[in-house]
Amino acid sequence: MTTNENTEYTGPAVEIKGMNKWYGDFHVLKDINLEVGRGERIVICGPSGSGKSTLIRCINRLEEHQEGDIIVDGIPLLNDLKKIHAIRKEVGMVFQHFNLFPHLTVLENCTLAPIWVKKMPKKEAEAIGMKYLERVKIPEQAQKFPGQLSGGQQQRVAIARSLCMSPRIMLFDEPTSALDPEMISEVLDVMVELAREGRTMLCVTHEMGFAKKVADRVIFMDGGDIVEQNEPNEFFNNPQEERTQLFLSQILGH
Amino acid sequence: MAFTPTPARQAPPTEIGVLGWLHKNLFSSIPNAILTLIAAYISIQGLYWIISWAFINADWVGTSRDDCTSDGACWVFVSVRINQFIYGFYPPVARWRPNLTFALLVGFLIWLAVPQIPYKKLGAILSLTAFPVVAYFLLYGGAFGLPVVPTSRWGGLMLTIVIAVIGIVLAMPIGIALALGRRSDMPAVRLVCTIFIEFWRGVPLITILFMASVMLPLFFSEGVSIDRLVRALIGITLFQSAYMAEVVRGGLQALGKGQYEAADALGLSYWQKMNLVVLPQALKIMIPGIVNTTISLWKDTSLVVIIGLLEVLGQVRQALADPNWLGYPAEGYIFAALTFWVFCFSMSRFSQYLERRLDTGHRN
Amino acid sequence: MKHKSDLTQGGWLNLNNPRVRSVVYQILIILGVVWAVATIAGNVVANLEARGIATGFRFLGERAGFGVSQALIDYSSNSTYSRVFFVGLLNTLLVSAMGIVAATFLGLFVGLGRLTPNWLVRKICMVYIEIFRNVPVLLQIFFWYYAVLQTLPRPNQSITLFGDLFFINVRGAYAPRPVLESGIGILTTLLILAIIAVIALTIWARRRKRDTGEEFPVFWASLGILVGTMTVGYIATGQPLVFDIPELRGFSFDGGMRLRPELLALWVALTVYTSTFIAEIFRSGIQSVSHGQSEAARALSLTERQRMKLVVLPQALRVIVPPLTSQYLNLTKNSSLAVAIGYPDLVSVFQGTALNQTGQAIEIVGMTMAVYLIISLLVSAFMNWFNKRVALVER
Repeated sequence: MTTNENTEYTGPAVEIKGMNKWYGDFHVLKDINLEVGRGERIVICGPSGSGKSTLIRCINRLEEHQEGDIIVDGIPLLNDLKKIHAIRKEVGMVFQHFNLFPHLTVLENCTLAPIWVKKMPKKEAEAIGMKYLERVKIPEQAQKFPGQLSGGQQQRVAIARSLCMSPRIMLFDEPTSALDPEMISEVLDVMVELAREGRTMLCVTHEMGFAKKVADRVIFMDGGDIVEQNEPNEFFNNPQEERTQLFLSQILGH
Repeated sequence: MAFTPTPARQAPPTEIGVLGWLHKNLFSSIPNAILTLIAAYISIQGLYWIISWAFINADWVGTSRDDCTSDGACWVFVSVRINQFIYGFYPPVARWRPNLTFALLVGFLIWLAVPQIPYKKLGAILSLTAFPVVAYFLLYGGAFGLPVVPTSRWGGLMLTIVIAVIGIVLAMPIGIALALGRRSDMPAVRLVCTIFIEFWRGVPLITILFMASVMLPLFFSEGVSIDRLVRALIGITLFQSAYMAEVVRGGLQALGKGQYEAADALGLSYWQKMNLVVLPQALKIMIPGIVNTTISLWKDTSLVVIIGLLEVLGQVRQALADPNWLGYPAEGYIFAALTFWVFCFSMSRFSQYLERRLDTGHRN
Repeated sequence: MKHKSDLTQGGWLNLNNPRVRSVVYQILIILGVVWAVATIAGNVVANLEARGIATGFRFLGERAGFGVSQALIDYSSNSTYSRVFFVGLLNTLLVSAMGIVAATFLGLFVGLGRLTPNWLVRKICMVYIEIFRNVPVLLQIFFWYYAVLQTLPRPNQSITLFGDLFFINVRGAYAPRPVLESGIGILTTLLILAIIAVIALTIWARRRKRDTGEEFPVFWASLGILVGTMTVGYIATGQPLVFDIPELRGFSFDGGMRLRPELLALWVALTVYTSTFIAEIFRSGIQSVSHGQSEAARALSLTERQRMKLVVLPQALRVIVPPLTSQYLNLTKNSSLAVAIGYPDLVSVFQGTALNQTGQAIEIVGMTMAVYLIISLLVSAFMNWFNKRVALVER
């Protein structure tokens, strides 16, 4: 099974069955079952240490799970470099601290993976890079180095960098937590636009406004368990679990 | 009533100008003033003594010790032997060969070190491929009509440079490989690299050179004979690569985990990740460390004198043993010290300059 | 499905399985290392046989038959090679210890000099560092030995210091040697008791400070106790400690303690060279404590001494100690350069003379390297312990 066949694949984008993960003795993720539909937008929230970041980092194998199955875009995530590689090509990721490559210009950050992973000619890769930089509204910064940009701009470059690989699934790991308040909205605007295009998205974030606006489903995690999941209206207005209510009152209370 | 800004007044004389500087830096309190006077007295006395010995009362020109008549330094000792100190016993008619080699070396260094000169990649490739071949035939000979000059005739500053440059160039890739190995997630690889690194770092270079000269011949099957210079180079390279590995490891550690994760998430392979993302950044962080290691190596080349290779220090010692020139150890050693000092000092200044330049550069 | 360490996933020996790949690589590496070691060992055995050298450590029990100029334990040319080993080892440790102590003080002194507000002192310290750091230590050893100590006057024209107590000449440096006489036992006991009293006083003062907040001048009180006890004891026990003062007899000195010029040159060179690095370590360590820390301490109205002792030094030491220990290690390794001027250290007498006489290259070089490796391991064990102890709890 190779990647090319998967462009035809129409099953669920991500399937997680009975997944468990430990850090040493510490049980981080407990019997996780999750199915993400094609084009579905999911927001995952929960207190820190609840395992929400670890969960999405397992999907592209930045973390290894010990038990259970993860199937991404029809590809089972096994101990197989080819499969891992195929999945990473289909899955884009945006990090809390941007993780841009400081020694490369903004445009070079965007074209690195298309050129070296997709073996694209440089010209073509640069055209795609510019296209996505325009989408995140910073084409004029293409020749600058990441260190010269503000946090919000850096995060938008990071989003453009992932989009350049045309991923079918996007993972966001607290993309706005490291940003100054006035920069959060410029990143969220870009994310809302992306969400409206129908790409599968999994976002770990505490931006509840974003969740209400675009999410198809909100998942609440605590202590390595999925405590509750529901569509946003029900989730915010009528949470079923006491733990969820407490959490919501804490983050929405002010 | 309208507000009028207070006009700026001049600072009191204890704060500005020459007086201000003197007050702040030399005479801020009575103990400080006493300290200044004592230090000034000692340094003026010392400087006076050094200058009169080394310059005013020194003998500069001549051909034999009879020309050293004053009670200062006898630099004649150095000037009559300067060629021996630079070239060792390299045949005088062939001295253009090391000269040309080192001119090429300097050319390549300038090409690589000065930011304004373009085609850095070409320069790097040429200096690592074509240059060593050219340098080998120039120095050793044996082709293109150049007669062979055996390594036993090499010496002086030329030998110092040969040993230091070869040592550092060979140690670099081995060091990178060892550092990557020590950070590998494969326990056996990590163990082998760690033992290797810690072994060479744990023993003095002198015992390594002893080992290279006494034991190395035992390691090869009979009949294989290894040039003495090559033996020394093997010892120095192994020693140096262990230190280089630790410099590289430091550079790799300075790089955040996020860089590795971002490269993984984009689907880059291990070697793509290393070549495109990790090493370009890590090498930049490491430059000062690499220069410092180079300085240590430069000083360490003097140790080969103990296994009988006569680099600068060795040549000076041999000249001092000449019965016609007994009694000038200070001049000889000071000359040798100055030779080492000039190279080490300029390298350390260069490394400080780089550190400042990299520091103000784009940061994450 | 459980796939913890599942090597068979994706079929046997699937090289795309990172675990399989890692195992294969590791096996290859181990095979390579084993092959290299086996080849070398085979060649060594063959070569030694061809040269008729018997391997093994039997030579250690044989008579060495050569003299050693300085031995801290009984040694004569009738002693065995194992005795030579210990004589050399002790000489190495002696010069290293002397160098470490002197280089630390000199380095601290110069390092603080780099931080004084006095411009001239700062510059002098900088020049000192730049000169001696950038010249090979071997060259410095030669310089002190041949260009300084060998040009000193002969014994009958010695340079004298402090009246007629200390002498320096081409044969070395002479100092009064303490001679112990009867009654020293009582004096030693008194000294131990005084030290115990000082420790008790310190603990008591610390408790008092903790419970009542009041301070006690521990330093001066301790000094008083020590000096007082020793003076009274010295007189009361009939002055059991006298000094044997070196004296010129004919063309050489008799009595006293003698530092040979080899030891002196090595000591001075190692001290001066290492002190430049140590000075820089102290300087950067103290500077590494951010300015804000000092300002915060001043704002809390701590005195300068308290600021140093309670705020700056504890933080600076975390930065200072690891490179400082590695400088100590470097000094110890550099002491092996003794061989160049004939100071009888381990490398010089064991790996040098003993090796030349017996030809047991493998055993002797192995034992010498093992000594340095053990010292390195001990030092790095200390460093790990220290780093764990002082590591700040940081996120």
